[in-house]
Amino acid sequence: MGEECKRTSGGHEVPEIKFTKLFINGEFVDAVSGKTFETIDPTTGEVLARVAEGDKEDIDLAVKMARDAFDCGCWPRMSGSQRGKIMMRLADLIDQHAEELAALDCVDGGKLFSHVKFLEIPKCAECLRYFAGAADKIHGETLKMSSEMQAYTLREPVGVVGHIIPWNFPSTLFFYKVSPTLAAGCTMVVKPAEQTPLSALFYAHLAKQAGIPDGVLNVVTGFGPTAGAALSSHMDVDKISFTGSTEVGRLVMEAAAKSNLKPVSLELGGKSPLIIFDDADVDMAVDLARMSSFYNKGEICVAGSRIYVQEGIYDEFVRKSAEKAKSWKVGDPFDPQVNQGPQVDKEQFEKVLSYIEHGKSAGATLLTGGKACGERGYYIEPTIFTDVKEDMLIAQDEIFGPVMSLMKFK
Amino acid sequence: MAAHAARRISSLLCRSLSSHSSPASSPSLFRGRATAPATVVRRLFGTSSPAAEEPITPPVQVNYTQLLINGEFVDAASGKTFPTLDPRTGEVIAHIAEGEAEDVNRAVAAARKAFDEGPWPKMIPYERSVVLNRFANLIEKHNDEIAALETWDNGKPYEQAALVEVPMLVRLLRYYAGWADKIHGLTAQADGPLHVQVLYEPYGVAGQIIPWNFPLLMFAWKVGPALACGNTVVLKTAEQTPLSALFVAKLALEAGLPPGVLNIISGFGPTAGAALASHMDVDKGFADYLPKLAFTGSTDTGKIVLELAARSNLKPVTLELGGKSPFIVCEDADVEKAAELAHFALFFNQGQCCCAGSRTFVHEKVYDEFLEKARARALNRVVGDPFKKGVEQGPQIDEDQFNKIMHYIKSGLAGGATLESGGERFGNKGYYIQPTVFSNVKDDMLIAKDEIFGPVQSILKYKDLDEVIRRANDTHYGLAAGVFTSNIDTANTLTRALRQGTIWINCFDTFDAAIPFGGFKMSGQGREKGIHGLMNYLQVKAVVTPLKNPAWLTKDNV
Repeated sequence: MGEECKRTSGGHEVPEIKFTKLFINGEFVDAVSGKTFETIDPTTGEVLARVAEGDKEDIDLAVKMARDAFDCGCWPRMSGSQRGKIMMRLADLIDQHAEELAALDCVDGGKLFSHVKFLEIPKCAECLRYFAGAADKIHGETLKMSSEMQAYTLREPVGVVGHIIPWNFPSTLFFYKVSPTLAAGCTMVVKPAEQTPLSALFYAHLAKQAGIPDGVLNVVTGFGPTAGAALSSHMDVDKISFTGSTEVGRLVMEAAAKSNLKPVSLELGGKSPLIIFDDADVDMAVDLARMSSFYNKGEICVAGSRIYVQEGIYDEFVRKSAEKAKSWKVGDPFDPQVNQGPQVDKEQFEKVLSYIEHGKSAGATLLTGGKACGERGYYIEPTIFTDVKEDMLIAQDEIFGPVMSLMKFK
Repeated sequence: MAAHAARRISSLLCRSLSSHSSPASSPSLFRGRATAPATVVRRLFGTSSPAAEEPITPPVQVNYTQLLINGEFVDAASGKTFPTLDPRTGEVIAHIAEGEAEDVNRAVAAARKAFDEGPWPKMIPYERSVVLNRFANLIEKHNDEIAALETWDNGKPYEQAALVEVPMLVRLLRYYAGWADKIHGLTAQADGPLHVQVLYEPYGVAGQIIPWNFPLLMFAWKVGPALACGNTVVLKTAEQTPLSALFVAKLALEAGLPPGVLNIISGFGPTAGAALASHMDVDKGFADYLPKLAFTGSTDTGKIVLELAARSNLKPVTLELGGKSPFIVCEDADVEKAAELAHFALFFNQGQCCCAGSRTFVHEKVYDEFLEKARARALNRVVGDPFKKGVEQGPQIDEDQFNKIMHYIKSGLAGGATLESGGERFGNKGYYIQPTVFSNVKDDMLIAKDEIFGPVQSILKYKDLDEVIRRANDTHYGLAAGVFTSNIDTANTLTRALRQGTIWINCFDTFDAAIPFGGFKMSGQGREKGIHGLMNYLQVKAVVTPLKNPAWLTKDNV
């Protein structure tokens, strides 16, 4: 018994795509090579736009501009409160353009339009405001010495920062990284995921409007092995932050070590357990478990992808989860009734389906879902396996799709 | 003898020259310099033509004269009013509702209700920061109007209010808005399997009493952190300067501050102020009705406030009091710059600054040169209608202060200090005083010990560092100090040896939202602004629960 895959007839309107070039030193420019790449609408598999494809030369240029902006420009030299003021202006611009931005993430990444517009993007503005308010509160310490000396620590901006952001929450991760970097007085080069380059370029445009000086925020769209690798191994980047899979995280860290030993922040994958005890409110637990597995089509690093249910409530839990999965609508992410859009691209789609096959062949019980749905696009039914054993691949690997694994414990 | 004679001559000159002053001309906000006789007067006594000109009509209306209680502007319970005066003339600006004990009780009750039942403390901190930012934006929008009210009521130069003070208060509110969602507590390691949380919680209702010298800045220093921490407030303004807080409070309501969160009582110290300081709701039987107080004003009044707080419900009190701050000019100082800074340190805001550099210690090697420059600068100081462009010094706040300052000037003369400039009233209307400089001041003179709070600079000579440190610290006060040197070792020695709350090196009166301000000894208790300002409005609560089988501790952990 599969899921009913709802599709609004005729699909959705594709928003106007205004920004498709690299943003370097305050200008939208073509890649040095002139190359472009396609970004796809995962509801149809069709091309949305061609976006400039940045490679090593473009990264080099962007880093140079960021370096000039840091070494000679005003941004690191402004007082924290002045930076905060400009960041507040950007936050207001984001709120004003929430609808357009939400449409971009939705059409580029298959994310739910209403969630992005009413939850995610306002939170991006809040994050920016939080750090705007922190910019003038960066304290060091004066230290008690044990001799006739005075010593104090100053917290100074680290310099040029590289940010590599993923495709599952393009706006949120953009601002999680960019906000504190701006507040601290650093300059940066952001490389968005190739699957979801559109909103980052729009944010670059708004940043300029808000008054962020040229060269402070640069956006180079492109691929990991080219642009991402160039940024990670760049000798003049002082710090790199990466959010993505553990496997790529390893490569970033290696590149950082091999080049100039730049410090690395990593936010990687997970296989997070959700542990539900006999004394839990079962209905609430079922809802939370469903949310933790299927929210954002399971493309979330903190997905509760191993659900341990104590044996006293296990049967009830399984029954109720199957029922609840039925009311979890899959369909056009622009439709406000829909709970789950398509997986972000063909590669992810095929990977998730292959894990589902693994689960079946390993002997786990398929409770509901288990296959693709819809005539076009990368939709997968919300899938629940029970009788999962810990040594099964579906219990060990991060699937990054709408697949829940239920396990019983004593 | 010589000093006496000098004074007599100068006062004669002053009187004779002012009778030559030009006839009344029509007032205009940015009229140029006056004609010849007045210019001569200015050269000797730092004046522009005083008595002749009509005071400029302030470009603002007084629209708010009532108390603000529970979101509404209301008359005092008694119906009484009191006048607030224009210190340029002594004339009435407006009649203001006079709050007394009953009004204080009503305001505290409203603030209590707003805290216990209202949305303010329950809002997520981010939402409070949005309201505070909106409040700051509204003040910024009305910058000039607010500055005009401030100048009218207080007498400070309009340019100072409009270009410096109001923007500073906007900045400070934004600074505290940014703290609202960053008030993190701590977890602590205990001796044993315990989970320890240290929480920072708002007090509830905070009572605040502010002075007249910087009415709105003092308003912001108090209200900003109190609200950011989630408290509600009852604020009593100084009777000399009730106007600007009422205007600005209306903007707070517009910004979305819920009713009862900010209440403003205009009135007098012995009635409204005392009622707030001793507030303790005995009827309801619990002692924390007004759990916190903050006061800025004179040390003498601060002592009374602390006593009342102790006698009632032992409410903790933040005190920002007086000072007699030393300004130390070292022998390697650039004398020109030092004299200019020392002048500013004392004369700023008509000398009405708690942290005024009111004991100017000058090293004997540079003393004579310094004196010459200090005298010349004081003589050049432009005194006049604070609404007039280019005026550096307006009138003192009121008759009481005026008389007190004149009394100190007389004691300076009687005590044998040398009068270098000024020493007399300026003009014959309002509370203007000539910029006055005394030299050869000795430590035991009253003008070297007491806080004068007026445009009276006292210059003292010293020989070496140890001596000046001893003398600078030899006071009950300890608010601030200025050090003028280019020697890093001297600076390091002085900054650690001086027992004052703020040490300014090669600068003075440099304020920033992030810098904590407050006094040692009888200059006060606690600090305002910066991260420390928050602690005045937060209570520390420790929460302890046992941990069963924690990963890092065993039961028999020592």
